[in-house]
Amino acid sequence: MSKEVVLQVKNLKTHFTTSKGIAKAVDGVDFTLHKGETLGIVGESGCGKSITSLSLLRLIPSPPGKIVAGEILLNNKDIVKMKEEELRKVRGNQLSMIFQEPMTSLNPIIPVGEQIAETIRLHQRLPRKKAWQKAVDLLELVGLPSPEKRAKQEPFQLSGGMRQRVMIAMALACTPEVLIADEPTTALDVTIQAQILELMKDLQRQIGMSIIFITHDLGVVAEVCDQVAVMYAGQVVEHRNAKDLFKTPLHPYTQGLLRSLPNIYENQQELQTIEGSVPSPYDYPVGCRFADRCPHAREICRAEAPDLLEMNNAETKVRCFMHTEKWEAIEEKEELVCP
Amino acid sequence: MSVTKKAPILQVDHLKQYFPLKKESLFSPKQTVKAVDDISFNLYPGETLSIVGESGCGKSTTGRSILRLDEPTEGEILFNGTSMTSLRKKELRNIRGDIQVIFQDPYASLNPRQTIRKMLQEAMTIQKVMPKEQMEGRLLELMSLVGLRPEYLERYPHEFSGGQRQRIGIARALCVNPKVIICDEAVSALDVSIQAQIINLLKSMQRDLDLTFLFISHDLSVVRHISDRVIVMYLGKIVEIADKDSLFDSPSHPYTKALLSAIPSIDENHKRNRIILKGDVPSPINPPTGCRFHTRCPFATDLCKTDEPLLRPLTETHQVACHFAENLLSS
Ligand SMILES: Nc1ncnc2c1ncn2[C@@H]1O[C@H](COP(=O)(O)OP(=O)(O)OP(=O)(O)O)[C@@H](O)[C@H]1O
Ligand SMILES: Nc1ncnc2c1ncn2[C@@H]1O[C@H](COP(=O)(O)OP(=O)(O)O)[C@@H](O)[C@H]1O
Ligand code: SF4
Ligand code: SF4
Ligand SMILES: [Mg+2]
Ligand SMILES: [Mg+2]
Repeated sequence: MSKEVVLQVKNLKTHFTTSKGIAKAVDGVDFTLHKGETLGIVGESGCGKSITSLSLLRLIPSPPGKIVAGEILLNNKDIVKMKEEELRKVRGNQLSMIFQEPMTSLNPIIPVGEQIAETIRLHQRLPRKKAWQKAVDLLELVGLPSPEKRAKQEPFQLSGGMRQRVMIAMALACTPEVLIADEPTTALDVTIQAQILELMKDLQRQIGMSIIFITHDLGVVAEVCDQVAVMYAGQVVEHRNAKDLFKTPLHPYTQGLLRSLPNIYENQQELQTIEGSVPSPYDYPVGCRFADRCPHAREICRAEAPDLLEMNNAETKVRCFMHTEKWEAIEEKEELVCP
Repeated sequence: MSVTKKAPILQVDHLKQYFPLKKESLFSPKQTVKAVDDISFNLYPGETLSIVGESGCGKSTTGRSILRLDEPTEGEILFNGTSMTSLRKKELRNIRGDIQVIFQDPYASLNPRQTIRKMLQEAMTIQKVMPKEQMEGRLLELMSLVGLRPEYLERYPHEFSGGQRQRIGIARALCVNPKVIICDEAVSALDVSIQAQIINLLKSMQRDLDLTFLFISHDLSVVRHISDRVIVMYLGKIVEIADKDSLFDSPSHPYTKALLSAIPSIDENHKRNRIILKGDVPSPINPPTGCRFHTRCPFATDLCKTDEPLLRPLTETHQVACHFAENLLSS
């Protein structure tokens, strides 16, 4: 069964030119999103998750930022090459985004219902009254209690969880094909997070949209994602089916990440850590970007940069020499040397 | 646990912390936020006691009252059996050295124009920890203790990463030889790989220096890892206190159950039956009557709307504030 590809990103590079030099925030990102599926993008702070998502919508502040290479294929059309007018149609209609802190993207002094209605009218020719009714319906869909009343309230009168529901309603206003959610639950309490995750899963089932879910929380990934792209230092280092990733992580970075998670179900003595820290986006090493922290690193890892390569099937990709034929060749050579 | 047999190092006794709100107009009624509303617990030497709960439930306020950053509205806090309310300024300052704090974002509490050396020296001088001549050796010792290079002493806070700044926050807390450290979301802002480093560091400090921790956090996986006992708070009240294993393996308060079940986990074998709570946490300005959890509790009865359940023992190491805890335990 071959799945329909909605969005494919190939070798995306988004760089920032600053007084300190060039920050290679996104530096070779590849991933594939299938219809009706949720793709998680995970990685530690600063690895380029948010810049990746902003690049998809071409919302990178320029200057200082610029997409310097790569393709973003939405139904086979390259967003990188689109003219502003075409882009405007894509945003909201095909691609929508939810941000981590809803307050930054909501106007603080306009009732939320009106803001949603405005968004609807931006994309559809609807009379005011109809748009307002649709806004109220959307608020009901996302489970806001007493939607008629809440629609007339301003953002600050709502709780964090309610504001996130409003953001989701707004993103759904034009039933997008792809919803990009950047840490949509990170600022929320766990019981509220559970509500929002449940809501997103429900809506996906109803509407059949595809979701890119950006988070640093691996538990959340396990909860909602079908596929996962693990990012490190501006690149995807492992692209896997979510179940497989948690069972048999292949990249040494993913392995380290999973081992350093405290377990809520059992007592552990000491947590494993990944020593060292992430390299600076202004100055990546020539070889593997994880080499300085990797317990398996060999000479080749510092001399050459590994590619993101397919293994066994198209759903499994890893950026690490350990999983190449080259590696076995070195191993054999080393075995030859030491008797 | 044997620790509970010792005399407590810190006792929180019927603590209330209310904050008056500004009146919106001359005629509007006077309102108060009941951030912490009559809580009591003991902290025993050498243990790690955690406080968990959702944002706004009163965790940080409890910590601030213990640090005397806020004057309690009512109730008492005793340090080694002495009431801190009765102490004069000078005596209070001595105790302040004994109780230190590590915050979530040490950056916000570090002076940007001070080098790490200056900051640590100043703290040690104020607390009169040791004569100036001996300080140099202590500074180097502290840096190695928290895993930072000695030359970092000459650097400024902005030159460090989040994990390094948290190590500096720990060095500052340790430099005055405290007995109790309050960690308020001390690892919450860190990435998992760095978080694991800091948690390991805190645990080894505790072993080596005989410290007592009050560990405030909303992250229950971290809490399971680091605690001996756990307090669960909801809307300014303690709803459950238990030794770690009882709390995680047989939670008894409906709120604790929901909280534990809501945590997303990567562990396939442990998918719990998720309890999705309805609605939001109510406001602490006009908290619900009776049991404060009744507006969201799936088991609430009419009794819960009127009668406040008191915290009462379930076993020797487990206390809970719910009218029906025993019945729910068996279900
Ligand atoms: N305007 C900018 N100028 C220079 N560098 C930038 C700019 N915006 C982002 N960066 C850098 O790009 C890198 C990736 O940033 P990004 O916001 O994508 O991280 P992230 O993975 O979303 O992290 P977090 O988990 O903290 O949100 C970081 O090193 C960041 O400092
Ligand atoms: N100085 C203050 N004035 C008014 N309200 C406060 C003050 N400090 C805390 N609060 C309120 O008290 C409640 C508990 O706060 P806090 O202890 O910070 O919660 P948390 O459990 O998240 O640490 C919250 O509703 C908060 O808004
Ligand atoms: S390529 Fe080498 S250094 Fe990089 S992750 Fe693989 S083994 Fe480690
Ligand atoms: S006392 Fe009633 S409302 Fe409160 S937790 Fe128990 S069952 Fe629920
Ligand atoms: Mg981000
Ligand atoms: Mg707090």
